[in-house]
Amino acid sequence: MRRSVALTAIATIGLTGSVFASQIAPENVTFVDDIEVPISLTGQAGDAAKGREWYAGRKLGNCLACHATTDLNELPFHGEVGPAMDGVADRYEEAQLRAILVNSKKVFGDQTIMPGFYVVNPGARTAGDFQGQTIMSAQQIEDVIAYLKTLTE
Amino acid sequence: MKCGGKGSLRWGAGLALASLLVGAGAAYGEPNDNKLVIDGQTLTTEAAAPEGVELDKLYSGWRFRSPETQELQTDDFENPAMVAVDQGAELWGTVDGSAGKSCMSCHGEAEASMKGVRAGYPKWSDKRGKPHTLETQINECRTDRMEADAWKWESSNMLGMTAFVGLQSRGMPVKVQTDGPMAQWHAKGKELYFTRVGQLNMSCANCHQENYGKMIRADHLSQGHINGFPVYRLKWGGLGSSHRRFKGCMENIRATPFKRGSDEFVALELYLASRGAGLSVETPSVRN
Ligand code: HEC
Ligand code: HEC
Ligand code: HEC
Repeated sequence: MRRSVALTAIATIGLTGSVFASQIAPENVTFVDDIEVPISLTGQAGDAAKGREWYAGRKLGNCLACHATTDLNELPFHGEVGPAMDGVADRYEEAQLRAILVNSKKVFGDQTIMPGFYVVNPGARTAGDFQGQTIMSAQQIEDVIAYLKTLTE
Repeated sequence: MKCGGKGSLRWGAGLALASLLVGAGAAYGEPNDNKLVIDGQTLTTEAAAPEGVELDKLYSGWRFRSPETQELQTDDFENPAMVAVDQGAELWGTVDGSAGKSCMSCHGEAEASMKGVRAGYPKWSDKRGKPHTLETQINECRTDRMEADAWKWESSNMLGMTAFVGLQSRGMPVKVQTDGPMAQWHAKGKELYFTRVGQLNMSCANCHQENYGKMIRADHLSQGHINGFPVYRLKWGGLGSSHRRFKGCMENIRATPFKRGSDEFVALELYLASRGAGLSVETPSVRN
């Protein structure tokens, strides 16, 4: 396990006492009833415009690969592996959205194909560059949540 | 929307030339109903699922491609893989190695001697004490019988030869041995198929068993069969082995792939062949 990498990183962040001081490490995220993560991962408000970018970006959320999203109709290739995201903010509270993003397996069960975006080394044989890394950073998760909250119907 | 460089996350990216036809959010769903007829021969692109395989029905990957890509495979004059097949045919009759032999010296015309061979691979080898893939079998003939150098797995010579040998089985049903000494290899392949790997934490089954028929970004997910290999991929601009495809799929979910020819990939190849039992060999097929 290369968890130490992440732990060291967090420790460093903790020491700097900067704006990131309150960032919650992947292993320290607290779930309530497996369906809610009420506390922001960074204590900083998410930026919906950036979140929209992460959501569509192939190297980050790549959410669009699985979720069709009318708000992003200017982009081609919306996937259909998961449900359409239109109106998702009407269906879920912020704390639930955070839980789904951090670790979808907790919410939907182990069988879901949706990756957990704020977990470390979930699968065997994680490729070198990605070991000890989450798919998105804590702030990126908050940004995507802010974007999802704009998806009302 | 750029394609990432090597090693970056490209699942669902690709060039997907053909998939450009599919509009944003289009519900593409099921495999299409087109029939695969080559030179008057109708190939079996759907079949009952073999026992123990949790699919309603088997569908060849061909059925998930766009009509434009499909068409390239229905006409041998348009099939871009045929250049490599011709190269294989030429190598078949070419003397190489210190024994002064060609494949032809021992096997005669491939059209007769190699008929049905592809359909039964991977195949148990007593001599090796493990299964032979077509690649390792060909290399055994080269090194042990021709006293020639082995070909590299993904070399144009090997791809040309496996395509040429495979073509002699086109239209015949895939049927591999899974019992006896193959049982443990089959079990290992099955285990690998269902094991989640990589930062994206997915198994082959997540995409190819549970979500086939759906779009994942620009790609229309198939059941991931190997009856068409080696395939000509428009994205690759050439032929590639099934192990190359396995490697690509693992990289896309940010997992460290096994090596081509590794025991793991041989086991996976065997398991995948058994999942596709009953589909026609389509070698060499065309994919986007
Ligand atoms: C590989 C496919 C895949 C990717 C990538 C993916 N999801 Fe999902 N997602 C799913 C599936 C499938 C479900 C349905 C839950 C289930 O039953 O597994 C789902 C469910 C959801 C839900 C609940 C939706 C509802 O209406 O119930 C939300 C919210 C969500 N995903 C957000 C995201 C976001 C945001 C991203 C990107 C950061 C993302 N997903 C990436 C497959 C994916
Ligand atoms: C000196 C004779 C000889 C030459 C030359 C030779 N082979 Fe073979 N090959 C054999 C024999 C003998 C077998 C059967 C081996 C066995 O059953 O264990 C065989 C088996 C095979 C098989 C497996 C057939 C099956 O039914 O499973 C393939 C494929 C094959 N050879 C391809 C080739 C190719 C391609 C070449 C040229 C690159 C070649 N061989 C050259 C003697 C030869
Ligand atoms: C994130 C989803 C995903 C996962 C996980 C995945 N693949 Fe794929 N695979 C694809 C896509 C997309 C394609 C191209 C379209 C198609 O044929 O499905 C593909 C194609 C293939 C093909 C070619 C099929 C053909 O007809 O030419 C094979 C074989 C294959 N995958 C095997 C595997 C194996 C083995 C694994 C597990 C190690 C795996 N895949 C995991 C998405 C995936």
